[in-house]
This record gives sequence, structure tokens and C-alpha cells, in this order.
Amino acid sequence: MRGSACSSAWFSGIDMNIIVCIKQVPETTEVRINPETNTLMREGVKSIINPFDMYAIEEGVRLKEKVGGKVTVLTMGPPQAEAALKEAISLGADEAVLLSDRAFAGSDTWATSYTLAAGVRKLKEYDLIICGKQASDGDTAQVGPGIATHLDIPQVTYVKKIEEVKDKTIRVERMTEEGYEVIESSLPLLITVVKEINTPRMPSLRGLMRSKQAKITVLGVKDLDVEATHLGLCGSPTQVAKIFTPPARPEGEKIEGTAEEIAVKLAEILKREK
Amino acid sequence: MPIQIIVEKCTGCTLCLKACPFDAIRMMDKKAVINYDKCTLCGACVPACKFKAILLQKEVCPVKVDFKDYKGVWVFAEQKKGKVQPIAFELLGKARELAADLGTEVSAVLLGNRLEEEIQELIWRGADKVYVAERLELANYQDEPYTNVIVELINKYKPEAFLCGATSIGRSLISRIAIKIKAGLTADCTELAVDREKKILLQTRPAFGGNIMATIVCPNYRPQMATVRHKVFPEAISDMKRKGKVIRENFDGAILNSRTRLLDIIDEIESTVNIADADIIVAGGRGMKAPENFKLLEELAKALGGAVGASRAAVDSGWMPYSHQVGQTGKTVCPKVYIACGISGQIQHLVGMQSSGTIIAINSDSFAPIFKVANYGIVGDALEILPLLTKKLKEVLKR
Repeated sequence: MRGSACSSAWFSGIDMNIIVCIKQVPETTEVRINPETNTLMREGVKSIINPFDMYAIEEGVRLKEKVGGKVTVLTMGPPQAEAALKEAISLGADEAVLLSDRAFAGSDTWATSYTLAAGVRKLKEYDLIICGKQASDGDTAQVGPGIATHLDIPQVTYVKKIEEVKDKTIRVERMTEEGYEVIESSLPLLITVVKEINTPRMPSLRGLMRSKQAKITVLGVKDLDVEATHLGLCGSPTQVAKIFTPPARPEGEKIEGTAEEIAVKLAEILKREK
Repeated sequence: MPIQIIVEKCTGCTLCLKACPFDAIRMMDKKAVINYDKCTLCGACVPACKFKAILLQKEVCPVKVDFKDYKGVWVFAEQKKGKVQPIAFELLGKARELAADLGTEVSAVLLGNRLEEEIQELIWRGADKVYVAERLELANYQDEPYTNVIVELINKYKPEAFLCGATSIGRSLISRIAIKIKAGLTADCTELAVDREKKILLQTRPAFGGNIMATIVCPNYRPQMATVRHKVFPEAISDMKRKGKVIRENFDGAILNSRTRLLDIIDEIESTVNIADADIIVAGGRGMKAPENFKLLEELAKALGGAVGASRAAVDSGWMPYSHQVGQTGKTVCPKVYIACGISGQIQHLVGMQSSGTIIAINSDSFAPIFKVANYGIVGDALEILPLLTKKLKEVLKR
């Protein structure tokens, strides 16, 4: 059996190259449903960093603060995704890279992870890649493992704690349905993180200043070592055949009366539905 | 770009503006114009246009393919500690329907160590064939050896469809497999059907927070891969008269190597009833007012044989552990019955539970958004109603 958490040895001065992959998504809190047509009303919806990626950025910055090194944030998206990268810099990331090209439009998770992996290769040296467990607009949880597979590196998904980092290895806790697993891996490694791993900080004043001046590196198809057949709509095995509004839920039934009467009615309903 | 507005057909009605999830369409001179910097080619605007003025060319990149060798619907039979998980039986039930429509057979893929009884159960639950790989190295799930073994099996036996549970294991595994073999993968399908003419899989899933449904197809790649969440499909019934074939495959050497090493598996007592797996969930939010009031939820859940869920507000207040959180930053659940107590129903919570079978909401605020999705709504104090309900329920269940 392994030792207790107290025996964890954090090695400073490892100087890790950490890459955090993020995605800009529409802010769901601002999405309203039109009650008549049951469709989305997205006019003027703000774009934010995918909520799960905030934990990824924070974990990258914390790790850098512990062991030394550099945090680079990477995203693929339209030109306005630069705003997400600048926000990441205000939160402590050192450098930012945007993969942006019309050839990337229409990418599904296969093509997205292919393109992001090509972006990672361009950065050359990396020890750890951190992603949020999934994006709030797609919920697929496929892109993190996809990047790892394209790069042929191992992965640990749903990480809730980094227990220890050494020069060439890392030990993490991976959340499961029943509890968690303790996993050790060689580096480089890709992890996807869950909310439990940390509490993201607010941007510091210095961070905000840095983000204003930060220069974002923008890379397009020509800058990456990629094959056109694997990019964008053409490089994506999945196709959207149809988009439709789900049938509206039928109007619910109101149950009224004294607490006692309500309890009796509910008990009958539960017995029937159970 | 593969998407275009046919200017002559556009009437300037602005329906497409409202349908666009990315705010990528603007009106210029009373005609719709697409901002290609924002457009992701998702296609949501195409069916929204009543005048067929938007053209999305899906066939811009025809691939010459011949799939007549690809046959059969496969199900990944996830096992933990040597026990096949219920999700595999749920998938087998659906796989049988799909296979009937495709005129093919159903196979289960089982990796692990010493699984004799489980193989039999998979046959009873609907597998015509069970592909088995037994090795000590495969006893517990690990990304790399599991991926390598299944990729080998797929390349050798060529299934046309591959289904997998959207579990913490399934989602990690199938993503790696899909990349390696370049196959299309659709996450969290709520409906699976067959296009009988084209003999392809129609994979329907919620998109953009569950308010729009998208049907995804992968006509040019095989196998067509999909994940399905817990409880979306009913379990296949076990039929002990069913017969099936067992195909054992031996793997050795580098294929079983893993750069990650599983050191320990820790089960936490508090999650003995996993909410993603539960048939009934009794959930509480800020309206429960104090952590000790969650006992009321636990008592009702116990009487119903269900699990306790919590809103983000309750988890952030430290009233319940994160593993119980339902919603966007927690778990997506789909139980038969979801009872929301003192939960207002912010959109982030609704996306995590709105596909539940029957939703019962108890909230003191009659305008709470939770009532919009509830089948049964009670405007009242959950703290008062819950103990009475548990008592009445016990009486009713005894009868």
C-alpha cells in the first residue's frame, strides 16, 4: 500500500512546461428559452472560458508556483477567442496561443483534437497538458483524451487531485463513480480535471495589466504540420443530419392542499411511478 | 465556405438569426449575412429557414468507401472488480433493436480477468457473440491496454457500430479508440435508431445545453461509435435459454503495456448509491435551509430505495459532498423519478436533470423555474412536507 498523503514530496525547481487547453463557450446563465417557441434566445450572449477550464488554468498556475516552469494556454477558435486567452493570462498563465483559421470551422471532436495536438507539437517541449473534464456547450469529454491519443501520450481523466510531482513522474487521484483511484504516470501526461481539484482565483491587478499587454501568438493552417484532409468539416467523421427542438414538456399538474393532503397524494404518485 | 445564403431566396425574415447558437448571422440590406469568423458550420440555421435559402454542403468532401465487410453491433461490456456493470445490459437491449433493423447480430466485448459467469450473463442478456480478452493486466481498467486490445479486435472483426456507456471509464476509453481508428463518435445519445434505407445509425443527442436536439450520422466511417448515459435505455431482460458463441482472443507483450499505473482504488462510503446509477433521486437545494435538513431527504430516499442529490448551491455551502451534485458542473442524471426539494431550477441545474422520467418539484416560490419542467408541482415548504411524505409513503408501500 502506498504511504499517506503526508509523505508527498513536492520537488521545486523541476521547471515544468505546462500546457492548458481551453475553449471559449457561450455563457449558459444568459441563455434564455423563449417560452412560446421553446427555442434558445442567444442574442447578445456573452462568451466565457468554459467553466471546467477555469480549474485547469488554476491547477496549471498552482503547479508552476510550486515546482517552477511555465504555463502556456492554447485554444482553437475564431479570432474573438483571443479574449479567453487574455483572461487566462490575467489568471496567471504566461503565454497564449490561438489556432485560428477558416479551415478549422466545422471541426468535430476528432478534427478539433487533431488540430490542438498539432498546436501542442508546435510548442515542442511539454511535460503536462491540462484540460477541463468537458466543455459546457458540447459535454462530450472527448477532446482531452483525443489530444493525448493524437500525441501518443498517456492520459488520466477526471483528476481531482495532483498528489505529487517528481522529475519524470506524477501521481494523481482520478474520480470514479464510486470514489477515486490513485494513478501514477510517466511524463509527459495529459490530465482532465474536475471542479473538486481547486478553487480558481480572481485575476490579480498585475495579471490584468499583463493581459492587456500580452501578445497572443496566432497560428493558422500554414503554421502547423497538418494534413488538410483531417481539418474542419472535411476532417470530421460526424455530420449533423438534423437539428430540432425537443417536444415541449407537457404542462405539469399542480398538487394543492394542506401539507398532510399533499403528502398523501404524493405518496400515491410515488408508489405508482416507482 | 461550405455554407451559403442564397440571396435570391432570402426574404429577410430573421428566423435564422434566432436559430444561430453562435450569433454568427446579421442582417445587411434586409438579407441574412453569415459572419464566417463566428460560424462553426453547426447547421442549426438550415432547418430554421422556411425558404430554403441556406445551403450547407455536407458532401463537400466525398470519401470513397466500401463498408460491406463491416457487420454487427458491438457493446463494450464495462466491468468493475469482475462484475459487468448494468450499463452494459442497457446497451445490449438497444443493440438488439438496432441489429434487428440492420439485419445483423449483437456482440459484447469483455476485457478483464476470470470472468466466466459474466460471459454467460452477457449471452443471456442478448449477446450473440462475446469477444473475451482475459489477462491479469486487464483485470482493472487502464486506458492504454484497453484501447490497444479493442482497436485490434475492431480491426480484425470490423463491426459496423460500437456502443459504450458514458461512464468515467467508457468516455475515456472510447475517445482514444475513435481517434486511433478515425471513426465518428457521438457522445451521450438519448436516442439511437437505424436509417433503414441507408443502413446507417441515427444518433440523437441534446446540444447547446439540452434545448436543441441534434441527430448525428457518420456515413463515411466505420464503426459508427456512440456513448449512452446511465438509465437512458431499459436493461435487457436475462433469458437463460439464449445461446451464444464465445470468442477468446489472446494478447501478449507490448499491447498490454501502460504508461500509467493504477496504485489504489478507493470506494467512498457516502456514495454507496451512485446518483448517476439511481432509479430515484431525492435532491435538495438552498431551500433546505441547513445541512441537518438533508436527513429528511435521506429518509425519503431510503424509503424509496433511491439516492440523494444536491444543487450546486447546496454543495457550495458545504451541505453535501460534490459527488452528489446534479447539474452542469456536477453530474447529468436520468432517473425514473426526480424529486427536487427547495431547488429553484437555474438552467445549469435543469440541464443536468430535465430528461428524468417523472419530475416532482417542491418549492415555496411559485415562480421558481423548476416548475416549468415538473410533472407534479407543489408550492409549499419542503421541510414541512418531506417528513409527512416519508411517513405516508411507508404506509402506502406496506399495503
